[in-house]
Amino acid sequence: MQLRTLWHAVAIGSAFAATPVAAQTIYPINRAEILEGSRFDFKVEFPNAPTSADVAVTINGKPAAEIFGKGTTFTQNEEGQKHSALWLRGATLPAGNYTVEATQGTNKATVKWEVFATTQPRRAKNVILFIGDGMSVANRTAARILSKGWDEGRYNGELAMDDMSNMALISTSGTDSIVTDSANAAHAYTTGHKSCVNALGVYCAKNALTLDHPKVETIAEVIKRRGKMAIGVVTNSEIEDATPASMVAHTRRRSDFNDIVKMFHDVQPDVIMGGGSPNFLPKTTPGSKRTDELDFIARFKEAGYTLATTKTEMNAAVAAGSKKLLGLYNTGNIDGAFDLRLTRKGTVSKFPDQPDVVEQTKAALDLLKGNEDGFFLMVESARIDKYSHSLDWERSVFDTIMLDNAVKVAKDFAGDRNDTLIIVVPDHAHPISIIGTYDDDRPGQLLRDKLGVYADSVPPNYGPLDADGYPTKVDTSRRLAVVYGSYPDTCDTGRPDMTGERVPAVKGPDGKTNIANEKDCTGPLAARRTGNLPFDANSGVHAADDVILTAMGPGAEKFRGHKPNTYVFRVMAEALALGGE
Amino acid sequence: MQRQRHEMLTTRRVTLMGLAVALLCREARAAEPATIAFDGLYKSFGVLGFQFSDRVTSLRGQEVRLTGYMAPPLKPESHFFVLTREPLAICPFCQSDADWPVDIVVVFMKEITPMVSAGRKVVVSGRLEIGSATDPETGFVSQIRLVDARFTLA
Repeated sequence: MQLRTLWHAVAIGSAFAATPVAAQTIYPINRAEILEGSRFDFKVEFPNAPTSADVAVTINGKPAAEIFGKGTTFTQNEEGQKHSALWLRGATLPAGNYTVEATQGTNKATVKWEVFATTQPRRAKNVILFIGDGMSVANRTAARILSKGWDEGRYNGELAMDDMSNMALISTSGTDSIVTDSANAAHAYTTGHKSCVNALGVYCAKNALTLDHPKVETIAEVIKRRGKMAIGVVTNSEIEDATPASMVAHTRRRSDFNDIVKMFHDVQPDVIMGGGSPNFLPKTTPGSKRTDELDFIARFKEAGYTLATTKTEMNAAVAAGSKKLLGLYNTGNIDGAFDLRLTRKGTVSKFPDQPDVVEQTKAALDLLKGNEDGFFLMVESARIDKYSHSLDWERSVFDTIMLDNAVKVAKDFAGDRNDTLIIVVPDHAHPISIIGTYDDDRPGQLLRDKLGVYADSVPPNYGPLDADGYPTKVDTSRRLAVVYGSYPDTCDTGRPDMTGERVPAVKGPDGKTNIANEKDCTGPLAARRTGNLPFDANSGVHAADDVILTAMGPGAEKFRGHKPNTYVFRVMAEALALGGE
Repeated sequence: MQRQRHEMLTTRRVTLMGLAVALLCREARAAEPATIAFDGLYKSFGVLGFQFSDRVTSLRGQEVRLTGYMAPPLKPESHFFVLTREPLAICPFCQSDADWPVDIVVVFMKEITPMVSAGRKVVVSGRLEIGSATDPETGFVSQIRLVDARFTLA
């Protein structure tokens, strides 16, 4: 699909342009923390295409091949480019500290790695990793206000994710940018390595093909290689999207959806649930997005999977004792809680029997818990992020409540057995904050007139909660005033969009500049906002702000203070004792 | 005098233009294309694919008219764009065709044409093609297309 290639070629090209040239580059990169026994591709790139006689690579002072116990390959002018490359695919190392030196003439590049062991016996039987995509602190606060209520300075209850034994502040930067994307951010959790924007399961080298970059093993691959633990991947985005893909994928370009479907099939997680069925269908099937004739529905069935396309089928598969489940519930993303519950907009009419993240989590746990060797389950509430991109905070917060209800299901499962590590963590932040409330009864005609701050900020009057803790009415006269710190030219209506997900900006006639979506500019209070983002931005962007992790269960005590996102992988690997061969 | 002549000329020009428009409209009415709608494209639409409606199948190869939204164009001028049921909500990291809705209609214009703002509703007329096809120029795979098309703002 050339259009996609075109977009990403631009993105990747500019990323390379920012990379300093002329030094040797070593992968894994400096300060990499590598799980003992895990597979990784070792690569050194030498600028100006020297011959092998002109370069030397040592690890702890010895030839690299001796340390790895395997020969390396050297290619001059790799892919016809102006660099030479030394490779060892699928390297492993015992625990220890390593110094890698690449010498080219008088230039020497040095990186240090820590290869870490994990102590036996394994402390956790199960790990459940909840990822609130783009879930910032204000998402949690607003979810608490909307789902628990607020009275005289106190909340009338805690979220399930609030009431956990341990907490840490997590930084999310990638190697190339302080502000990262979901691919690279989730990759840090599933591999323990830092990488660059757009990448999954690889370091970003100079390779031309997106699938050729130096790979690192994902936690799902480590688990499948080592033993009999089960794996589950659950999301309400397309299953090929960045966060779920980070469990299985190795690509420099996250939109390689058709390749990612194949990678799911290669790794074979026992439970795979989400949207995004078109990339499973052969090209000739109307509705397919594949560019080949491969039928992955048939292939998964041949591999022993039960296929579910609705909530009813999902529950039937669990009731029938299926051991492997492929659940595909929408051609695109599964509809969010706001549209499933309040508006019935989005694609609800087309897919009326979609499970939400809570129902998917229940089904996944019911299916996985029978496994004697335990399981690793990743659950993503994906649209927290997507709705924040659209500046649609109500939908983003409804999906935060949905994530919290899924966390409640996991906590109920874990009970007091103390064998299940539960982690709840965003992959990155959005610049979102609550600054007061809008009150339609305040005098004045403008949105700003309706805004009460500090003592004028009257409590909101959202409608009564339903049985699952969601307010039943949000388009009320007193509403939270939530602002985003990054936006294109847009119009702020100060109230939820009951007709469907907000579209903050649309492309102008020049095909580049984005302009306010006039649909939002005509309401009684609509306020025009001059964007603060580059002119080609069409939606809000991620923030570099740290995010809040909460956790409970064996290993959770290691979460304290401030940690890099790669540390989440390390704690999970240690709890499951995944080190060694 | 000068002004009078100008007004006369203007009046005559308007009259002539009016006649031309009337003639064009009559011509257009004579060859009025069948109108189809996003809601009527499919008789079944599911996770495992979809089936085109009988009406769409029967109109295959004929001139039809369809109203929708122009997806963000890649270039200010093109012979190619994607028509969607609703204006697209887009995030920077899902701005690839991988994330486009499944029920898009691909439009190949008769000639290279200036595009309009995404989010503008357009009425497209063109010859209806259905069935999987890969555009040799862009590599874009589509299931339903309007070819030799033209559009007006709705």
